[in-house]
Amino acid sequence: MRQFITFVKKEFAHILRDKKTLLILFGMPISQILIFGFALTNEVKNVKIAIVDRARDEQSRRLISKIDASKYFEVKKILGNAVQVDNELKKGTIKMAVIFPANFSSDLAHYNTSQVQIVLDGSDPNTANTIKNYITAIVTDHQRQQQSNVPALYQIIPEVRMLYNPQLLDAPNFVPGVMALVLMLVCVMMTAVSIVKEKEMGNMEILLVSPIKPGMVILTKTFPYLVLSLVNLTIILLLSIFVLKLPVNGSLVLLFAESILFIITCLTLGIFISVKTSSQEVAMLISLMGMLIPTILFSGFMFPIENMPYPLQMISNIIPSKWYYIIVKSIMIKGLGFSAIWKETLVLATITSVLLAVSLKSFKIRLE
Amino acid sequence: MEISVSVNQLLKSYTKGEKTAVNHVSFEVKKGELFGLIGPDGAGKTSIFRMLTTLILPDGGNASVNGLDIVKDYGKIRMSIGYMPGKFSLYPDLTVEENLGFFATLFNTRVNENYHLIKDIYEQLAPFKNRRAGKLSGGMKQKLALCCALIHNPPVIFLDEPTTGVDPVSRREFWEMLKRLKDQGITIVVSTPYMDEATLCDRIALIQEGQILSINTPKNMVSHYPDQLFAIKADNMYHLLKIMKTYKNVLNIYAFGEYAHASFREDMDTNELYRYLEEKGFRDILIIPAKPTIEDCFIKLLNN
Repeated sequence: MRQFITFVKKEFAHILRDKKTLLILFGMPISQILIFGFALTNEVKNVKIAIVDRARDEQSRRLISKIDASKYFEVKKILGNAVQVDNELKKGTIKMAVIFPANFSSDLAHYNTSQVQIVLDGSDPNTANTIKNYITAIVTDHQRQQQSNVPALYQIIPEVRMLYNPQLLDAPNFVPGVMALVLMLVCVMMTAVSIVKEKEMGNMEILLVSPIKPGMVILTKTFPYLVLSLVNLTIILLLSIFVLKLPVNGSLVLLFAESILFIITCLTLGIFISVKTSSQEVAMLISLMGMLIPTILFSGFMFPIENMPYPLQMISNIIPSKWYYIIVKSIMIKGLGFSAIWKETLVLATITSVLLAVSLKSFKIRLE
Repeated sequence: MEISVSVNQLLKSYTKGEKTAVNHVSFEVKKGELFGLIGPDGAGKTSIFRMLTTLILPDGGNASVNGLDIVKDYGKIRMSIGYMPGKFSLYPDLTVEENLGFFATLFNTRVNENYHLIKDIYEQLAPFKNRRAGKLSGGMKQKLALCCALIHNPPVIFLDEPTTGVDPVSRREFWEMLKRLKDQGITIVVSTPYMDEATLCDRIALIQEGQILSINTPKNMVSHYPDQLFAIKADNMYHLLKIMKTYKNVLNIYAFGEYAHASFREDMDTNELYRYLEEKGFRDILIIPAKPTIEDCFIKLLNN
């Protein structure tokens, strides 16, 4: 026990005395949450648009004011013709133009149907799609309001309810992703580098020529990172609750318990990398290339797994962060209990035990 | 006399047997002896140390430390030896005190339990005990490393080139410490590329390209030097070395400090050589009989 405490103390001294490590350790989660929360957002707000109103009548004006009143759009320009629209789109001053034909109202009155042309800047397809959906919704809504005084013959109204994330905010999606990402980075990279550093500096040579057991070395090397990761996790959760206004719907205890399991998975991965490499640079590269990129690609946090080709979906199953991402989303956003996520937990636990067995077995008791 | 380290036909090769680093090396170290492995870089000293400290496995032969086999009983050996690798291997970001405390704990002991062993050495370090190990001078680092290797009172310590990169004053101090440790009954196996340090050992093994050339006490080694040795000096040393190669009966001629050392097979007439060198145009000629050193023995052995 005295050995354990001394070892852990020494490990903390390594971490706390290295300013760069500290900066990565605590600067990264905070900056990631803030960057994802405020800068990298897919949400569309106050899109600048232009209107070409050839009709200039009551109907068109009513629709225009409805569009302008929505928080999604801001009418920036009233233009005279389609050529001007083209110029403005090219300059990038507007993202969309709504063009009303001269006979907008009369067509409505006589044929019960009329057209509005929507011109979009398609160079950013995601945004264009979102804008398109919003404008279509506004037009449909407007149409329904107009019809409400006339009894319709036949009408099906889809009543859409977005559960768990009614405003379709980004935060519920990326906070679990950032949690997986940060824990992965901190635990895998930091442990791998710290063990390889002992090898590189020659410290391992002395540690080996001593009565200490390999298991003890591994345990004491990883324990401080478990503690620091929990601190990190708390920071992320506090930021998400108080800055991003995203509460934890499920049990906080369960969330921490599952996080500890994932942290242990990452730590064993870090040990595994450190056992197989002999320089800090290689360890760092493998951690980044081999862990960070699969986490971004296959956890489902950036790209939906359901849309991937089948072989890639299979690969995603061995990425621990995918399971953790599902677990965190279930607890944080949906507020589910353990009964809903026991399968994912089991998968994560299996991956961990396999990795732990392999790395303990391949931990070298000699130099070669 | 009890045997502390016994090495028998030890063999080690690297890169799939292509490069033989240790070639059938055998020697014995008695209990309480200060034994030196003397040889240039790449002679195989570190490989021998690593095999004896159970860090690498030999490809052939066997060895024992304190009667324990280096392959089978590696766990027991690790508990009962002190090892100081050639490269400074303490934690540079921990202070002197923390390093010592850490290594004491590593070996399940406390600093004050064996403080008497390291007292002399540690007192020199004490003024810097709150300094980070990485900020110490080369000599201080080695003293600290020695303290850490001794903290669990091991009966045998292995020191791999402890004085490489250390200033002459610290080197002398370091060897004085080794003498004191030896007096306390600790067996010391030390390697060094410095020939002048060889005389400070009880017995030495001269090693070159993985093979032991000779094992003896430093005194015996120099007294058994078979040839006539002279130190020669003149105004043009570079030319002197070249000319002397062709002189009759010369076995070896090499630079040795400010002199050239020349060894001869049989009695050499100093006056004749003096005249010969004068004829060749040398000035300020000085020829004096020289006492052979370990380095002279080493060169003699290398040229055989």
